[in-house]
Formats: sequence, C-alpha cells, structure tokens
Amino acid sequence: MKNKCIYYLGPLVGGTVFAIGLGVSGMLEPKKVIGFLNFFGDWNPALLFVMVGAISVHFVLFRVIIKRKSPLFDSQFHLPIKKQLDQKLIIGAILFGAGWGISGLCPGPGLASLVTGSKYVFVFVLTMVVGVVTARTLTQAIEKRN
Amino acid sequence: MIEDIGNALIGGGIIGLAASGMLISIGRITGISGILAGTLFPKKGDTVWRIVFLSGLMLGAFVFRIFWGFEFESIDNRSLIAVGIGGLLVGLGTNIGSGCTSGHGVCGISRMSPRSLVATITFMISGIITVFIIEHALGGL
Repeated sequence: MKNKCIYYLGPLVGGTVFAIGLGVSGMLEPKKVIGFLNFFGDWNPALLFVMVGAISVHFVLFRVIIKRKSPLFDSQFHLPIKKQLDQKLIIGAILFGAGWGISGLCPGPGLASLVTGSKYVFVFVLTMVVGVVTARTLTQAIEKRN
Repeated sequence: MIEDIGNALIGGGIIGLAASGMLISIGRITGISGILAGTLFPKKGDTVWRIVFLSGLMLGAFVFRIFWGFEFESIDNRSLIAVGIGGLLVGLGTNIGSGCTSGHGVCGISRMSPRSLVATITFMISGIITVFIIEHALGGL
C-alpha cells in the first residue's frame, strides 16, 4: 500500500463499473426482480442471465488473478476463510430472500438507486442500515454471553 | 424478452469485470452488504476503501442515470411500509448470513464456495416463496 491514491483508484473504479453493470443488466428495476422471483406466476427469466454473465467472467478471471502472489496495490488477498455451513448462514439467507422478494431490492441496487431521490429507496436503505446494526449488535451480545 | 436477456448477460459481464477489478487491485471480494456493514462498524485501516467503493457505486449510478435516463420505478402492489419491512429483512439477513447477491451469488459461486452456493440457493428459494405468497395469496403487501 505504498501509494494511497492508486490504491483507492481500485474501489473507486470498481464501484463505478459495478453500478453501470447493475444498470445495464436490469437489476435496478425492481419489477424485473419480482418478475424473476415470480417463478410460479408470470416468470421473467431475464435476470438469471445476470448471474450467468457475472459468474462466467469472474469464474475465469478469479482463477487467473488468484495465481498471483498478491494483488496490485496490497500485500495480500483478503478472501473469506469460513468453510462450515451453519444455522446462521441459512437463517440469514432466508431472511434476506424474504426482504428481496418483498422490496425487489438487494443491497447493491438499493444503494445505487439512492441517486434517483426516490422515497422508496430512501426508506429501503434506512431500514436496511437499521437491520445491519441490529443484527451485528444482537450477534455480538449473544457471542459475549456464550 | 430477448433484448432483456442480452442486456442481462452484458450487464452481468460488466459486474463480473468490476468484481475482478476489485480482486486484482486491492485483493477484496465485492460483497456489497459486507462492504456496507464495514462502514457502519469501522475498523482502523479497513474503512476508507469501503467508503470509496460505495461512493464509486453512487457515481456509476449517477453516470448511468445521465446517459441512459434511469428513474426508480416502485412496484405497483407494494406499499412504502412493505418496502421498509423488506429493507429491514435485507439488512438483518445479509448480516446474519454474511452476504448478499454480490458476495455470495457472484463472487462466492465463482470461487466455488459451498457456503455461498447454499446461501444463494436458499435466498433464491426464500425470495420465490415470498413473491408467491405476496402475489398469489395476498395480492400485494
């Protein structure tokens, strides 16, 4: 991390490109998200191909990149180390899926859509932040007690 | 529909490139819920890149809005209160389950992480059941 400016160019460009990808893909349109999740109704499979496109590209590039000793601007890669499947993973995914199906928004599109100034998006992001803080506080309290 | 699928593939490819860019430049996984959580509970030396990424996300959305005219269109049969409940569940769920569509769905599956595969299948099924209940039993929320 010798040059801070170059280091922060990574997340700045990364975030910008990510949001443009969200926009092009249709992920910023909650109606399409609900259409995709409406599997037993008027199903719109389009958003399945967002995952197909993203995984195809990242699956290959991940393997090429990870062969390096380190990333360009840091001394090491920061990859998740947890391996075991636990209750928290399942319970969290169930709650997240329910929230996604209710609102048509997940965290990335929610945050990106703030630029539209919509009150729906504002309420979503506000309650999402409350949810994150509540979950973290509860988890820490439970871990302390055990 | 065909145009939607084409855009989804291209947009998805761009998302995959962005995630790869994050990995090669600063060695980080592009999981938006985790990046957000880290800004809410800041740790020294592990916060600024998150804020820069989220600023980039806004910048990208702003650029997309300028060039492609993006307006947020709410879902007809969901109230503001429902969206608030949805946001709360997304915040709780992604934090308890350590990830969302980007971290588990894109990055995790690309790494062939069993945890991410299980999480992604679970939140997809949960989302499908939720939409089924809202659209077919309740007629809206």
